[in-house]
Amino acid sequence: MTTAVKQKAAKQQKEIFIRPQLCTGCHSCELACAVSHTTDRDLVAAALRGERPPRYIWVDQFDGLKAPTVCRQCKNAPCVTACPTGAMYVADNDIKVCDVNQCIGCWMCVVACPFGAIAQGDGVALKCSRDCMQGEDDIPACVRACPTGALVYMTVAEFAAERRRATAVSSRAR
Amino acid sequence: MIKPCAASMDPAVCQMVEKARELGVETVWDRYQAMLPQCGFGETGLCCRHCLQGPCRIDPFGDGPQKGICGATADVIVARGVDRAIAAGAAGHSGHARHLAHTMKKLAEGSAPDYAIKDRAKLHAVAERNGIPTEGRSDTEIALDLAQRALEDFKENETPPAWLAHTLPEKRLELLSEKGLLPKGIDYEIADVMHRTHYGADADATNLIRAGMRCALGDLDGSYMATDISDILFGTPQPVVTEADLGVLKADAVNVAVHGHNPVLSDVIVTVAPEMEEEARAAGATGINIVGICCTGNEVLMRHGIPACTHSLSQEMALITGAVDAVVVDYQCIMPSLATVAECMGTTLITTTDITRIPGAVHVEFTEERAAEHAREILRLAIQNFARRRGRPVDIPERKSKVVAGFSVEAIVNALAKLNPEDPLKPLIDQLAAGNIRGVCLFAGCNNVKVQQDRNFITMARRLLKENVLLVATGCGAGALMRHGFMDPANVEELCGDGLKAVLKAIGEANGLGGPLPAVLHMGSCVDNSRAVALAVAVANRLGVDLDQLPVVASAPEATAEKAVAIGTYAVTLGLPVHVGVTLPVVGSPFVTNLLTNTAKDLTGGYFIVETRPEAAAEKLLAAIDERRARLGLSVPGGVLR
Repeated sequence: MTTAVKQKAAKQQKEIFIRPQLCTGCHSCELACAVSHTTDRDLVAAALRGERPPRYIWVDQFDGLKAPTVCRQCKNAPCVTACPTGAMYVADNDIKVCDVNQCIGCWMCVVACPFGAIAQGDGVALKCSRDCMQGEDDIPACVRACPTGALVYMTVAEFAAERRRATAVSSRAR
Repeated sequence: MIKPCAASMDPAVCQMVEKARELGVETVWDRYQAMLPQCGFGETGLCCRHCLQGPCRIDPFGDGPQKGICGATADVIVARGVDRAIAAGAAGHSGHARHLAHTMKKLAEGSAPDYAIKDRAKLHAVAERNGIPTEGRSDTEIALDLAQRALEDFKENETPPAWLAHTLPEKRLELLSEKGLLPKGIDYEIADVMHRTHYGADADATNLIRAGMRCALGDLDGSYMATDISDILFGTPQPVVTEADLGVLKADAVNVAVHGHNPVLSDVIVTVAPEMEEEARAAGATGINIVGICCTGNEVLMRHGIPACTHSLSQEMALITGAVDAVVVDYQCIMPSLATVAECMGTTLITTTDITRIPGAVHVEFTEERAAEHAREILRLAIQNFARRRGRPVDIPERKSKVVAGFSVEAIVNALAKLNPEDPLKPLIDQLAAGNIRGVCLFAGCNNVKVQQDRNFITMARRLLKENVLLVATGCGAGALMRHGFMDPANVEELCGDGLKAVLKAIGEANGLGGPLPAVLHMGSCVDNSRAVALAVAVANRLGVDLDQLPVVASAPEATAEKAVAIGTYAVTLGLPVHVGVTLPVVGSPFVTNLLTNTAKDLTGGYFIVETRPEAAAEKLLAAIDERRARLGLSVPGGVLR
């Protein structure tokens, strides 16, 4: 790929964005993330089978503010930089993934991640690798599950434009 | 011709779904799509809102909280949720029963002159069953005593409620007493459930479910009472020929849809309608065409042959035709959205009880004291609306099916008596024993938007009929099957296995019908599940066995209402295998799930079968029937036991 093509692709890459003011704290994103990691991707079947799937999104409450946290897929990912074994790596699609076979459970990635978006598996680090998505046109399970639009899947430009509009509208209202 | 669509198996409904889409009228299917994805905590029963410290939710996968703030586990939260659904269902059915008891009381006291004792024989039979003297007494004296006796069943009593104590088999009553499952009174058990599911009360999931079972038996008591009093006041159903589906609407008539549950109003509307024909014709109509929606539709269908317009999930579609001049509702299963659809389509929505008021509707507060006057007022509103609608185009789908209905227990026994007057149940029992009837299945319950409308009913009924299972149906289950031809005797040849076909033909011919009984026997509304219980009890008593020994099963393959949870639970408590075709909000607790689907057997002999795939569900019901046949020493097809 030429640099220009790469840059264009990066601009079209969608990310999971958060509108914390819309989060009701229902934890549906957490549940959907977990369900996407069950055998049949089915809540009822997994519950009946007693499965214990991992999830990589957390809804926390800080004072009055409720907000989900999920891996930001940083361009210069501190988790990848901090990983001493190369377990944490950048996949071909630019998604940061942990290869649990190489992970030694040192938790340097947890130290390095500014968002606390690394989960603890059975002695290994786990994180969102967008593996819930089935095909390129799919949207992540957590975004799909969000009933209020607190989680959205957009390009950086789209989300930034939305923020500019919101700021303009609110400043005019004042 | 529009084919079945994703929404429904009924092409008539699909035609209206398409019209609603073109007009931009929002329907139940649109709202369902907008609601997706639905909350997984709610789906699994793991959300608790019983106190103000909550809401709490348990993580079904064990990563997050495993106890509510108070310490309630998933088991407790799920069991409390089931109990409250049962209590709500029991409140609905018994509220319906209480309404009828009060109506009969007012009739007996002389303050409800528009009602009458239509079935004296049933009044006397029910009174005698309850130990009320009948010799040398007037009907009104007997009716007053019976109404008071009925109202006694609601409070806390020293003895079990009368509509259980005098109707269930001795063996079942002994078992229920021994296991502590006999209710003290209908309202008592509903209140008991609300008490024990309050913050910081019962935290024993098994004990909670037992309380739910008692409450569910209260639901049966009220349902049975409602059936009996309805029969006394409005007549016990006898076989009747009518039609079902949206094609029963008439473009040039005043179309009045009665919707809801209780015959207290709908039967009076049907009775006074002939008086109003003149006014309807003066407004330019060919007459008044009363049609039914949901269970009040079933009530007047069973007694008067009033055609069934539609049921349950597709209630909005009746209005989308543009041909319904008034939809008159009492209570339960009335979608609030009807007000908006009515406004869009020019229908007058008329509410009649304080229990069910809907903004946007015209409210005519119905009282038994002035029943006929209110009915005339309602019909007049419909006629006025027709005058506005007259000449405007309507879209009435052509589709309708012939229906032979009206199979009360009395009607079934009468039909069987033509084969054996001394012992009417003997032919039925002989055919069961011989295997020409492999077993009996009751189809009950609602439609559910999560299932393509009627798909589960049709798929399962087709399979079971081929396997010679005698089918009876009530409520919107009957509605589903009737609009697909299952109650047209002409379809018996195609639908039924050879054994069942021969039985239905023999009964039909002995009764001079010139053909078989329909493949599915319509037993009435959802309170009339009591009729199915009464039939099962009669067979059990005749055989000297308990209900859990009979090859009898029940299914609510597209259940929606809390009333369906109550019905399913009383059927399990009576000892029957009960299929539910949608996932119950219990799977968040493996313990409660196992209790309802497995260990309940040890308590009552009954259990739930939760299976969302209709083909697999039919196989499971056949297996349950065969298991019971084998235990009775009866032949099992193929001779293979599981």
